[in-house]
Amino acid sequence: MNMPMGVAAPDYRTLPLEQLDVSDPRMFQYDYWHELFARLREECPVHYQPESPAGPFWSVTRYEDIVAIERDTETFSSEPSIAIIDPEPDMILKMFIAMDPPEHDDQRRAVHHVVAPRNLQEFETLIRERTIEVLEALPEDEPFDWVKLVSRDLTTKMLATLFDFPWEERNKLTEWSDMFTSDVRITAGEGSTREVIIQHITACLQRFTELWHERKGDGKEAFDLIRMLQTDPNTENMVDDPLTYMGNIMLLIVGGNDTTRNSMSGGVVFLNQFPDEMAKVRQNPELIPSMVSEIIRYQTPLPHMRRTTTRDVELNGQKIAKGEKVVLWFVSGNYDDAVIERPNDFWIDRPNVRNHLSFGAGIHRCMGNRLAEMQLRILWEEVLQRFDTIEVVGEPKRTCNLFIRGFTELPVKVRRFQS
Amino acid sequence: MTVITFIQHDGSERMVDGDVGLSLMEAALKHDVPGIDADCGGGAICGTCHCFVEVSGDLPAPDSQETAMLGLRPDRADNSRLACQIVVSDGMADVTVRLPEFQM
Repeated sequence: MNMPMGVAAPDYRTLPLEQLDVSDPRMFQYDYWHELFARLREECPVHYQPESPAGPFWSVTRYEDIVAIERDTETFSSEPSIAIIDPEPDMILKMFIAMDPPEHDDQRRAVHHVVAPRNLQEFETLIRERTIEVLEALPEDEPFDWVKLVSRDLTTKMLATLFDFPWEERNKLTEWSDMFTSDVRITAGEGSTREVIIQHITACLQRFTELWHERKGDGKEAFDLIRMLQTDPNTENMVDDPLTYMGNIMLLIVGGNDTTRNSMSGGVVFLNQFPDEMAKVRQNPELIPSMVSEIIRYQTPLPHMRRTTTRDVELNGQKIAKGEKVVLWFVSGNYDDAVIERPNDFWIDRPNVRNHLSFGAGIHRCMGNRLAEMQLRILWEEVLQRFDTIEVVGEPKRTCNLFIRGFTELPVKVRRFQS
Repeated sequence: MTVITFIQHDGSERMVDGDVGLSLMEAALKHDVPGIDADCGGGAICGTCHCFVEVSGDLPAPDSQETAMLGLRPDRADNSRLACQIVVSDGMADVTVRLPEFQM
């Protein structure tokens, strides 16, 4: 990765452990995080950082430790927040991702069906049509930004399709999603202030509340996420509890946006870095589902989730006090060679390809996993039968965010098969 | 020998011999029986080997982790289990495993 003048990766190999900064999003922006986490997994798998923009926190970096924590939801609570930063006290949305059992289980079950594979079949044809439209419109043999023209556009259209959101307003969904995850404390100061974020949350809630009321009882036999909430007895009155309604909407927007978007870009980068794997999938398109799992591991679009201890606990020899932040670095677990064979290889037909941590583990495991896999599968099915080459022609630009690993720009050239 | 009968959601059946020491999930994968995803590989942390188990006699009860994962299933039934948590033991009775419409 070419870094701008004045930017250099810290010397993660030699710095004293207590000086390692695990809170700097530039490690993802400039893609120099591998060495940091390799050192932590090796020498200090449960690491304490006393000061950071998000306050003091522990880092857990080994696959098996992450899984052990995910299993022990009594000790490692998801409340009050699942990101390294705490929520604003005057805007605590009710999201089941940041709840513990039993409330978590009830809330999650209530909305789980909206992304159940049975319902996804209803969406598959539409998603494929949108995907084909986007790919058909790409320029031939001249550089364009894959993030803008494919990943962003496609995830935005897919989200708008899933919500049946007014088509001409669809870019708001992506703007809101970006805004919700742009807190200055996790973006090296480049993000948004709380006032601006709260303004956007309010606008989003307002629009979705209007949509709810427009649709309620209009007698139409349409199929979208809002109507699904309205027709289920568990969620039919959700709009009356704005913090819960907004919490769920935000979960569906963010969960279905940054994640899939960045895996859509990541796949292009990895297949360019590993041309043998590209040859493999071209020869055998049946490997696409397996490749999709490997893309999701290799990208790890959400690099961490955070838990908070409910009691004093000892982990790997470290004493963690009650009430402390414990950050689970999925991105590190996904590259832990104690569990993942040859983790630095992008290997589309690796054994146990689905055993990655990108969706998390345990009761909070990603609810939209099958939707994400379907979107990526459709994208690659359509890409591979349409384009003879997909070539990265410039340096990708990566997101400066501790909660999101992704791309802001990816210059690509494609050539279609000549028929 | 314990015989495992897998019944798909569409009613189609498949009988396989259960090897002692292998879980029902592993038996399904070994014999390419569809309907079980086993995303996590057997740790009871993904819930994608959910099934409905019928057996004459008793099985070891689900532990707290399995119970927690089963609790998330909208289609949970009294005989819901994670196939990765039931290991075929010596002299275990034949078992029928009904697979759900989908895993997630």
